[in-house]
Amino acid sequence: MSPVLDLSVRHQQGEFALDATLVSDGRLTALFGPSGSGKTSLVNIIAGLVRPQSGHVRIDGETLLDTARGIDLPKHRRRIGYVFQEARLFPHLSVRQNLLFGHWFAPRGSRRSSDLATVLDLLGIGHLLKRTPSALSGGEKQRVAIGRALLSHPRLLLMDEPLAALDEARKSEILPYIERLRDEAGIPIVYVSHSVTEVARLATTVALVEGGRVKACGPTAEVLVRPDLTANGTLLAPSTLLDATVTGRDEAFGLVTAQTPAGLFQFARQTAKAGDRLKLRIVASDVMLSLASPQGVSALNVVAGRIESLAAEGAIVDVGLTCGEARLIARITAKSRAVLGLTSGMAIFAVIKTVSLETP
Amino acid sequence: MSEWLSPDEWVAVRLSLIVSVTAMIASLPFGLAIAFLLARGRFWGKSVLDAAVHLPLVMPPVVTGYLLLIGFGRRGPIGQFLYDWFGIVLSFRWTGAALACAIMGFPLMVRAMRLSIEAVDRKLEDAAGTLGANPAWVSAVVTLPLCLPGILAGMVLSFAKAMGEFGATITFVSNIPGETQTLPSAIYTFTQVPGGDAGAFRLTLISIAISVAALFASELLARLAARRIAAA
Repeated sequence: MSPVLDLSVRHQQGEFALDATLVSDGRLTALFGPSGSGKTSLVNIIAGLVRPQSGHVRIDGETLLDTARGIDLPKHRRRIGYVFQEARLFPHLSVRQNLLFGHWFAPRGSRRSSDLATVLDLLGIGHLLKRTPSALSGGEKQRVAIGRALLSHPRLLLMDEPLAALDEARKSEILPYIERLRDEAGIPIVYVSHSVTEVARLATTVALVEGGRVKACGPTAEVLVRPDLTANGTLLAPSTLLDATVTGRDEAFGLVTAQTPAGLFQFARQTAKAGDRLKLRIVASDVMLSLASPQGVSALNVVAGRIESLAAEGAIVDVGLTCGEARLIARITAKSRAVLGLTSGMAIFAVIKTVSLETP
Repeated sequence: MSEWLSPDEWVAVRLSLIVSVTAMIASLPFGLAIAFLLARGRFWGKSVLDAAVHLPLVMPPVVTGYLLLIGFGRRGPIGQFLYDWFGIVLSFRWTGAALACAIMGFPLMVRAMRLSIEAVDRKLEDAAGTLGANPAWVSAVVTLPLCLPGILAGMVLSFAKAMGEFGATITFVSNIPGETQTLPSAIYTFTQVPGGDAGAFRLTLISIAISVAALFASELLARLAARRIAAA
């Protein structure tokens, strides 16, 4: 079977050179990288808004662009839904007309009269139909823009930092809808972001974009543990991403207990009920290592494991651990390593403060 | 009305309205096309076209009228062609007055439309494209509606200019009552005869009334259009 997304393009734009190759089968592929790294140029090339000097773009085996074979489908025939950073709703049309804009141009065979109701329900925008775009909040605009793209029956959905222009409250309003989209709509998504939290929460596959190149591409957890992860010029600490299933709540302290492949974890979270599935992100520098099971410490999460690897760089050592079925990464100093005499294969305890656990 | 205005004056008012509306409607497709070309096109000779469109604005109207007379007169190259092939005569006819008015109002029309087309956010057109609309549809359902206020303004400017056009009209088609005597020509004629003050004044009032009405109508239409295009 051909991959969902297969592209390889070269494009020179003034001083900036794009030379990217990317193959992904993910339901949601995140293009992650600093501003100006070429993420938006890449999605513009996929959508047909920018024509690269050479290369190819294939979606599900169908060629949209192949300069060698002289194929370049115009943007209106590519059937790529594009959710722009600034929504770009048509100001002269109502929300309803905006939503149905692309639906009207979609191939007749793929259209169903129930489409609108399905999308309204998926995005929770049924009450906005009669309004004009100017009467919508930022979060509502973005949801309408997503609905408009969905209703055009795209074979791929591009989302270019759809949350970048929104405040935290609006972001958390939209994130659940994007998760539903990823899990229920059955349309592969390419999601541009420079926020590691968004990527950790949403992406199934991550492509690291830097300086116009795709530096790495793989499952999200595998990319996030890389020590060379950067965001906007600053080096990010590597992190472990764990799938967690909520098992219970401690109402008295507002804590949630969840089962992960590495063991039981406790963390603070407002809204979670037993059975909820979420992601747990543990930044390597927030992990403490202990030779014995620690007593009398405030950290609530202690998991036993075994040292798998030690990677030293200057004064810093990244320690890879196996805890249960999961791999965990911890970042310590070379001095700590020497004092504790850490070697590969040693039994060890990883100590993680509850408050430093991220549930993106 | 007919008691207040003499039949001749009434004819001049009616003729002026017919000439102005004809000039406005006939120049609309050309004005829109050229405005699009100037706003969006990138081609050799664009500045020449731009200058040519603006010529009637900077040339003395009498010169424009005289050039029309030379070109579109019965023995002029274009006039002869039109007469031989289509039996159309422009000189000393109301149609010629409409042509003169259309040309004089053309730069104003193109300017207003061009500005509004340039103000349309191309990103919205890109968005429409990714939603499956081909370029023709994008123009029809996104670009044109968004620059509607500018198109209306251009039409009103063209109409108002035609209502007041004097120099080119009188040079090209003269001042024949009932055929080419528009409001300004009629007012001018009144001022040239003793005791014509009252007539000139009546026509002046009507002229002002029509201009103000056109202005208000365009304001109203533009506001209706702008309300729908309120900053998103």
